[in-house]
Amino acid sequence: MLIRPAIVLLLGTSLALSAANELRFCLRTDPKTFDPLLVEDESSATVRYLTGGVLVRLNRYTQELEGELATKWKVSESGRRIDFELRPGVRFSDGTPFTCQDVAYTMHRLMDPALHSPVADPFRSAPGEVETKCTGPTGATVRFPGPVAALAAQFDQVAVLSAASAHKDSAVLGPFELGEYKPGTYVLLRRNPNYWKHDANGHPLPYLDSIRLEIQQNRELELLRFRRGELDVLNKLDPDIYDRLSSEMPHAVVDAGPSLDWETVFFNQVQNAPLPDYKRRWFRSTDFRRAISEGIRRDDIVRIVYKGHARAAAGPVSVANHFWLNPAIQPASGSEGAAMALLEHAGFRRAGGTLMDSSGNKVEFSMITNAGNKLHERMLALIQQDLGRLGIQLNVVVLDFPSLVERISRTYNYESVLMAWTNIDLDPSAQMNIWLSSAANHQWNPNEKAPETSWEAEIDKWMQAQNASQDPNKRKAYFDKVQQIVADQAPMLFLVNPNALSAVSSNLKNVTPAVLSPQIYWNADRLQIGGTLVSER
Amino acid sequence: MLASLLLRQARRILLTALLGGLLGATLVRLGPGFDVDERELDSRLSADSQQAIRAERARDNNIASFYFRYLVGLVHGDLGFSRSLNRPVSELLKERLPLTLVSLAYGVLGGVSVGLTFALLTVWWRAPGVDVVPAVLSGLCLAAPAAVIALLFLWMGAASRWAIALVVFPHVYRYAKNQLVATSQSPHVVAAQAKGLSGWRVLWAHVFTPAAPQLAALAGISVSLAFGASIPIEVICDTPGVGQLAWRAALDRDLPLLVTITVLVAVMTLVVNSMADLALAAWRSPSESTVA
Amino acid sequence: MTRKQKFALVILGVTVVASLGAAYIAPSSYSEQFRDAISAPPSSRFWLGTDELGRDRFARLLYGTRVSLLLAPAAALLSTLIAALIGGAAGYLGGRWERVLTAGVDLFLSLPWLFLLLAVRALLPLNTSPVTSVMITFLLLGCLGWAAPARMIRAGTRTLVNSDYLVQASASGISRWRLFWRHLLPNLRPILLAQFWISVPLFILSEANLGLLGLGVSEPLPSWGVMLRELENYSAVLQNPWMLAPAILLVVVVSCLQLLLRTEESAFPC
Repeated sequence: MLIRPAIVLLLGTSLALSAANELRFCLRTDPKTFDPLLVEDESSATVRYLTGGVLVRLNRYTQELEGELATKWKVSESGRRIDFELRPGVRFSDGTPFTCQDVAYTMHRLMDPALHSPVADPFRSAPGEVETKCTGPTGATVRFPGPVAALAAQFDQVAVLSAASAHKDSAVLGPFELGEYKPGTYVLLRRNPNYWKHDANGHPLPYLDSIRLEIQQNRELELLRFRRGELDVLNKLDPDIYDRLSSEMPHAVVDAGPSLDWETVFFNQVQNAPLPDYKRRWFRSTDFRRAISEGIRRDDIVRIVYKGHARAAAGPVSVANHFWLNPAIQPASGSEGAAMALLEHAGFRRAGGTLMDSSGNKVEFSMITNAGNKLHERMLALIQQDLGRLGIQLNVVVLDFPSLVERISRTYNYESVLMAWTNIDLDPSAQMNIWLSSAANHQWNPNEKAPETSWEAEIDKWMQAQNASQDPNKRKAYFDKVQQIVADQAPMLFLVNPNALSAVSSNLKNVTPAVLSPQIYWNADRLQIGGTLVSER
Repeated sequence: MLASLLLRQARRILLTALLGGLLGATLVRLGPGFDVDERELDSRLSADSQQAIRAERARDNNIASFYFRYLVGLVHGDLGFSRSLNRPVSELLKERLPLTLVSLAYGVLGGVSVGLTFALLTVWWRAPGVDVVPAVLSGLCLAAPAAVIALLFLWMGAASRWAIALVVFPHVYRYAKNQLVATSQSPHVVAAQAKGLSGWRVLWAHVFTPAAPQLAALAGISVSLAFGASIPIEVICDTPGVGQLAWRAALDRDLPLLVTITVLVAVMTLVVNSMADLALAAWRSPSESTVA
Repeated sequence: MTRKQKFALVILGVTVVASLGAAYIAPSSYSEQFRDAISAPPSSRFWLGTDELGRDRFARLLYGTRVSLLLAPAAALLSTLIAALIGGAAGYLGGRWERVLTAGVDLFLSLPWLFLLLAVRALLPLNTSPVTSVMITFLLLGCLGWAAPARMIRAGTRTLVNSDYLVQASASGISRWRLFWRHLLPNLRPILLAQFWISVPLFILSEANLGLLGLGVSEPLPSWGVMLRELENYSAVLQNPWMLAPAILLVVVVSCLQLLLRTEESAFPC
């Protein structure tokens, strides 16, 4: 008689624990798409990361490439060809076998010009067709018309689709599959019953039964819910919220160190921008730009704006990017003396408390940034005061984001900008469109027909050289040169690299925070909610 | 007679709302950053992809042709496609409108009820200092940003729809109180009091009832106020309603969504105001001209 | 003037004088950053503590009062006057004019005026001074905020239009315009004052909300709106209750305005 209640009790307990075996965190916005080839926004990228199976994965913690659906790979023909050895016995979430045909189908769809897939752009190094051939039962070869820099690493973003499944849209190879989507409210991902990975003990992964992605834009509300135990992870915390939480729940907060992101300032150097000539001369003067860089007290930005959770930046590579960093480049000193020396060398002089140029124009200019970003508004206030010490009047203008984008990429009706850059790639080839003078994202002077300065021509040369080479050490040497030129010429002033800040519930196990995004759930297939019996299945 | 009046009102509402849609679209088009896309700053995209993004945004540059296409779609029940959310506008509204309508109903009814109640009590007692509490309360509600009120409600675990009521209430209270006090000093009220009628009867039959049509004008304003307040409140509380949608559409310059929301708000405002006008017209003597 | 109204006048006067004399009263400038005293609590050095950039909150409150207390009432006055003209005309003229004006008002209420504000900001030179920029913002708010009050005023006018004294004045041969200006508008005073009183805090808060889109006051100029936005950080407010100072001052000022503008005892001539 006692057996039945005991069974019920055990079953009930098991069910209760399983129902609780769910990871919960927030997305800022609804995912725009569930098609992994059309992902452009962060929310869609999160869903893709958790559901998509890739041939090769960049381990966010070690920053090394690891095989996933491919056990081996080889890049040859100077980056035009990659051969994969595919993992046998893998199935999609609906049971369809994974074969080379799926790789071919995915590449064909990806490179279809009508699709305009943003994921495909890094592969489009030259015009022409991309060929995918199946070489044996588990071999796949992909050949590109031109060399692709960091070819293998690019496949980290390519989720393989099923060519044969009756449910092409929903069949996935990742640890989770899409369960439910309630627009404006949540996305529920359920564990993929056919996921190929097992842990060291042979237990099937993932450990979690589901992941609930609540759609929540408000950070205060997110924090409230985390405190109440309704969420397990808070991603990309503001320094304010981090500090508040660390005083209440010190074991929950995670500071993984400087991220890859930058906060930068750049000046308008566009030849036909609607600027007075004397201001154009200032902004095109290397000494002027370096003086401004010297004048900005980065340590105060780190201490006051980021509450210590950032690091003064020296160039386009964060300290978090171990391989590509040029350690010879150091952040500007923030010294008024050094700044004034550079300004005087450029012909500026102080008249009373005001800085004047050689033609007697008072040095006054505006700096724009995006509205609604408290960190930027505070940074601008600090920079305003720092430049005030040099006799420069800085006018702070905050604009809503579309207005700002219009000014810096269409009308060029601005003087200087404070902007944040989010970097998800370690490889400098992802920054080609920033450093090449002919590119649209060469932000201070886009779409140059020919490099307008000798140093931009140098940067073009070294960036193309590193893009064409397959030897990592040569590429590093070339990109070191680019970093040095950028430090010497200061087309962009790198202010800080913000730290990767998160919060994690004590219930969540196997967390290994990384600086690369996604910082906490990069190993989602191995995360566990504490107290679960799942690992004993 | 009534049918023709309603028909005329309906026609007026429709034409005005559609005109509002066109003007709204024009305002959006004239605003800065209309045809830019933040994806243009994505350095991973090739020149061709960026060009494709620009071409897509440039499609709606001609407002006249956009609005013509929009009207043709409207006739077929197609409200356009939201670029920012990547979904048909009609789907978005279908999901979100009920939530916002319920919040607005709570907000308007709550705000009007509380405001009218306080105003009636103030007039009923007429003792010195009796209006201090509602005055301070309305002052507090006016002084606090809607976002702060919303956060307070969140923190208390209360439904955010009542935050809308707190935004509406001070406007209703202030206007209603002034109107009722002014009416209470009319000669007919003095006469009624002199005749010995009870305070409650005087208040209801001789103060509130004559002032009711003017108070009805509050209805339309309350709806506009409530919708305006719903935007920051829904954004703060992450309520997936039309207010949050409007904010998102404004930030992304999502033209089809903005035009549809403008038309919707216009229809709501016009319907409520028309009902208030009809009430006012019904109160007036037949010798006066009626509102069409 | 009652004792309460005198008291309110004194409070308002002290506030205005203090804000105008901020340069003499405040121990430091509103923009000076004391970077060694970030988010400091109140002390003899900083009477209301410092903000997250080490700026004296008391100084910022005084200077912010100058911006908000002078500009918001001016904008409220402008919007009330426009509303009086349009709403009054609609109610007075009646018939087709009323229909057209009312439809126009309703249309105006529905439009996304935010984009006009953004367009004006885009047209302003980037080096426009913060003071000019905020004045233009309040001017625009005043020009755009008349529609809701106009509705109320129209309803009030419709009630007054057939009052005995107006009928008598009309019968005595007074022109329509004189009737409107000299007999009708003054009797709309209770409604106009109510709208004015409500509009003042509304514009202060609108300026704060517009800051989210880059409109309104720009650094380093403070305003009540900018300081009120800090209240969204509710847990910081709980730990630093002196952050409520601008909200308290706003409530006090709005209440004093309300007391001063009370005219219900002499609302209607008989």
